[in-house]
Amino acid sequence: MIEGARWRKWAFFYVPMALFLLFLLFPFYWMVITSVRPDGELYRPWNSINYNPFWTWNPTWDHVRYLLEETLFVSWLWNTTFIALASTAISLVCGVFAGYALSRLNFPFAGSLGTGIFITYLVPQTLLFIPLAEMIRNYRLGDTPWALILTYPTFLIPFCTWLMMGYFKAVPKELEECARIDGASRWQAMLYIVIPVAVPGILSAGIFAFTLSWNEFVYALVFLSSPEQKTVPVGVTSELIRGDVFFWGPLMAGALLGSIPVAIAYSFFVEHYVAGLTGSVKG
Amino acid sequence: MGQVVLKGINKFYDSVHAVKDVNLQIRDKEFVVFVGPSGCGKTTTLRMIAGLEAISSGDISIDGNVINELAPMDRDIAMVFQNYALYPHMSVYDNMAFGLKMRKFEKLEIGQRVRDAADILGIGDLLKRKPRQLSGGQRQRVALGRAIVRHPRVFLFDEPLSNLDAKLRVQMRVELKKLHLRLGTTAIYVTHDQVEAMTLGDRVVVMKDGLVQQVGEPLELYNQPANKFVAGFIGSPAMNFAAVTVTEANGSLIVENPGLRLKLPDETAQRLRGHIGNEVTLGVRPEDLSVAGTADLDHPCFDAVIEVVEQLGSEILLDMKVGEDVMVASVEPTVRVKVRDKLRVAIRPSRLHLFDAKTEAAI
Repeated sequence: MIEGARWRKWAFFYVPMALFLLFLLFPFYWMVITSVRPDGELYRPWNSINYNPFWTWNPTWDHVRYLLEETLFVSWLWNTTFIALASTAISLVCGVFAGYALSRLNFPFAGSLGTGIFITYLVPQTLLFIPLAEMIRNYRLGDTPWALILTYPTFLIPFCTWLMMGYFKAVPKELEECARIDGASRWQAMLYIVIPVAVPGILSAGIFAFTLSWNEFVYALVFLSSPEQKTVPVGVTSELIRGDVFFWGPLMAGALLGSIPVAIAYSFFVEHYVAGLTGSVKG
Repeated sequence: MGQVVLKGINKFYDSVHAVKDVNLQIRDKEFVVFVGPSGCGKTTTLRMIAGLEAISSGDISIDGNVINELAPMDRDIAMVFQNYALYPHMSVYDNMAFGLKMRKFEKLEIGQRVRDAADILGIGDLLKRKPRQLSGGQRQRVALGRAIVRHPRVFLFDEPLSNLDAKLRVQMRVELKKLHLRLGTTAIYVTHDQVEAMTLGDRVVVMKDGLVQQVGEPLELYNQPANKFVAGFIGSPAMNFAAVTVTEANGSLIVENPGLRLKLPDETAQRLRGHIGNEVTLGVRPEDLSVAGTADLDHPCFDAVIEVVEQLGSEILLDMKVGEDVMVASVEPTVRVKVRDKLRVAIRPSRLHLFDAKTEAAI
């Protein structure tokens, strides 16, 4: 904490903090205000007398109603949830086991294999989608949720593996050794001791994976084409921007509603998630 | 039963020879302590007995059965770790019951054994708590409890008291000793603390650089150290050493260096006959030095200058300059001396230790 005179606290803590919060929260505010402003205010030229982009006296639910009733937003939401949950589940299972193996089983090349896995995470999706598109076509998965559920793990598994590797390394190996002396097989020691201890790490890997797949854009744009199959990020941008016409109200309403599940996931697990990032296992 | 035999145990890590040809017979019900500086191979030896490290060569057997290839769970041992290794997500009860559950004991039996162990250790009212809600000493007890509920043939302890504060360490040391007397299970204990080794062990194994230096009962190590390392490692404050030359004068043997000149008593002299003219290392414990008075006129004496006086209450430690060497004497608290005083210091002649200057073995 900052010591000394009161003004120091203000100058070095409260004011920077307020600026930081303003910077972070302004986009959300903008989303909220835009999604409830009537079109008449939204498209008013900037030099008109009553131009005021930061506030409205005539809030309306029209944009939200339009989004939910006139577009396929509800099915996009459902698609996104299903795809994100399924790909997160697959990636977590693979990532936890791979992370455990790489950090705990001292097999030859474990270190370089770990680095290799991380490098695959660095291959940009904008390159990877070309060969993947070919594979999706060959297996006739195009325009189905499986196109994404099976491709998202290409970047989620390396990510989860890497995160879990670090976390498993922080779990004292004596815990496992003790379990094995106590009569557990290696498998049981992992299942009953190491994984329960690593739950905060698994949760943070899960939340990250969920967020990454929820927000993913490139693969979703390339592999899905029919409107009813789309995910929220692609659906909102492709169906609410027609030509060069931006339907700002519904667009922002879609962005807002689309970010709520992620926000809920974060706030729900925030304690575990912070513990997972700081990586503390207290015995 | 719990008789452990180590036969020609070696451990290599790539090119590092961590444990060198350890041979040891540990009797049933015996409390054996491995002691040595860090990196001496004591923990590695313990882990090989536990089955957590593979043995490079040699045999380990318990009650006559070679266990080299057995998994840790099949060796019927229990181990207490330095950091306790309590399962953080389980209650104290579940921590203690885990080993029994894994071995498919019946619920009633598990409950009975856990409560018995908890009573012995005085942690009966902590059973529902999580490890993080316990103090260091309580965690240590739970770790012990987890080991004793299994009724194993051998207990292995890997520096179990190192994480406790000094006062608690002394208290737990006594409790460990009592526990061993009560249960009578064979125990193998690793520590770097020679006081723990001396107080707990029926026998003590001193190791250095992977080699066993000496195996013996605590007082045997103290009174007849096999070499200079053991002599310096056991005992606190540590033994004083001085390089001296052996000469003969008027039929008796004399060891001398620029700072001191001592006539050796006859029985010591006998052992040194072969070393006349050679350099040897003289060793004398601080408690065998005293300020020379009238009572010990016939004792060998030398002059010293006091550099530091450490008042410990029960004794006084004098850091003295003796010629080129520095020596520590532990003297009666009634002695009145101050820094830069010149003193005549007497040695109890029967308590002189002499070591070969090259091999460092006791002469």
